[in-house]
Amino acid sequence: MKAIEFCDVGFSYEEKGTFAINGLNFSVEEGEFVAVLGHNGSGKSTLARLSNGLLMPDRGVVRIFGQTATAKNLYDVRRNVGIVFQNPDNQTVASVVEDDVAFGAENIAVPREEIGVRVQEALRAVGMEEFRGATVSRLSGGQKQRVAIAGVLALRPRIMILDEATAMLDPRGRREIVDVVTRLNREEKITVVLVTHFMEEALLADRAIVMNRGEIVMTGAPAEIFRRRDALTAYNLSLPRILRICEALRRGGMEIEDTLEGETLAKEIVTCVSGQNT
Amino acid sequence: MLKDVSFGQYYPVESFVHRLDPRTKLLFVIAYIAAIFLSKNFYGLAACAAVLFAAIGFAKIPLRKIVRSMKGVLFLVVFTAVINIFFYRSEGARILWEWKIFRITAEGLIFSGFLIARLFLLVICASLLTLTTTPVSLTDGVESLLTPLKWVRFPVHELALIMSIALRFIPILMDETDRIMNAQKARGADFETGGPIRRIRAIIPVIIPLLLSAFRRADELGDAMDARCYTGGKNRTKYKKLRFAAGDFAMFVLAAALIAGVVLMRIYLGAPV
Repeated sequence: MKAIEFCDVGFSYEEKGTFAINGLNFSVEEGEFVAVLGHNGSGKSTLARLSNGLLMPDRGVVRIFGQTATAKNLYDVRRNVGIVFQNPDNQTVASVVEDDVAFGAENIAVPREEIGVRVQEALRAVGMEEFRGATVSRLSGGQKQRVAIAGVLALRPRIMILDEATAMLDPRGRREIVDVVTRLNREEKITVVLVTHFMEEALLADRAIVMNRGEIVMTGAPAEIFRRRDALTAYNLSLPRILRICEALRRGGMEIEDTLEGETLAKEIVTCVSGQNT
Repeated sequence: MLKDVSFGQYYPVESFVHRLDPRTKLLFVIAYIAAIFLSKNFYGLAACAAVLFAAIGFAKIPLRKIVRSMKGVLFLVVFTAVINIFFYRSEGARILWEWKIFRITAEGLIFSGFLIARLFLLVICASLLTLTTTPVSLTDGVESLLTPLKWVRFPVHELALIMSIALRFIPILMDETDRIMNAQKARGADFETGGPIRRIRAIIPVIIPLLLSAFRRADELGDAMDARCYTGGKNRTKYKKLRFAAGDFAMFVLAAALIAGVVLMRIYLGAPV
């Protein structure tokens, strides 16, 4: 079943202005992990906001599990589609971790006893159980963002969108978030849309979509996408570090194939070096 | 510069007073204030003071914290006392010293002492509340106590949410102010010298970006709340429900006893002067 479906969607922030998103057609299957790539202003955040009814399309339709998103069923759409934003500080409502996680569940009138259960489960899913009573402002960026994910999980959504949720984090925080999201997708079978401009994060996805000027310009398995370096450069995207290392090694005279696996690269280097010695 | 401004003065220890329901503490403070004003003599105030210092003991609050809260109102207390010492007028008061319109009487001195004791008890009681209750649970308490106002369509839930979001953003905006000031200092701004007007003018370039950023944050927070299905106070459940425990009922009994005692002393033991 299609979790998210865009049919010829157009959206503009200003009346009669240029379209931030233009004639967009794409879909995400239930249980899929999709990475949306693109440089600033490519329309990837607009796509995220259109997916959960924060924005309504000017043209075309957005369907969530077959249901067309309209102003009337906004509530149902948002229950199914959770979204985590970029700035961890600007999406927590309460000062205490568990109160913030409970906020969404309170909004959809979950009975009190069940909220406790949901808070516990959501915090366990992001590995923040021991911080239940902690003050949000004392947490690290990665921890705050994991609390934000838990706050969305408490609504038990079937789709989770991360709108540049790792952009303001340090490498360690980014790692934490990517691990949590990957696990949610594999174990909890939550459909994940990861909007990002970090190429490394896209490697974990089943499928990657590249956006440029409000249109989808490339789609396919991450490994395939990264093979087309010229196109990526044209869309102002940088290659994952491992591919840049491969390239540098080739320039240095080693015969090395492009690979996305660190292990494989290490073996190739070893073969290459030992080959030269004999 | 702003690092040492810790907001609120919550003193985190485990104690009987800390565990009390915030509503109990709020109601007790109100009852206590009533008791102070119902006291007409030192016996009544002594009873109030005894209760208060017992509470401080139970709350495990160090005395220096209490002294610090007294310092905050020292000027007000001294000012009130001085006015009362010099201008106390009453029939048959024993005059100790007189010069032009200034007159010190024995009764005036006693009365001022009475006022000072009253003010200090008031302030210590209020700060005991904030020392033993987190701002968050105070907000919960206020929301719960205001619930009856929902009948007259007063937006109690919204007010409480505004209060708690404000509390949530205080540390964030403090950090931000610090950052903006540092950025301005790096560009040669000077916040520490000059007269008051100059200093206030130096603050303007800090206030404007701070306001802009606050609006941007509010916008993003609104989106995040929308995304989590927030639609206002209607059809909403509440995760944390305040519950009165045995200790809370004990406090109600204590408050009633204090007021009754003070009233009895007022009737049978007379005024201080």
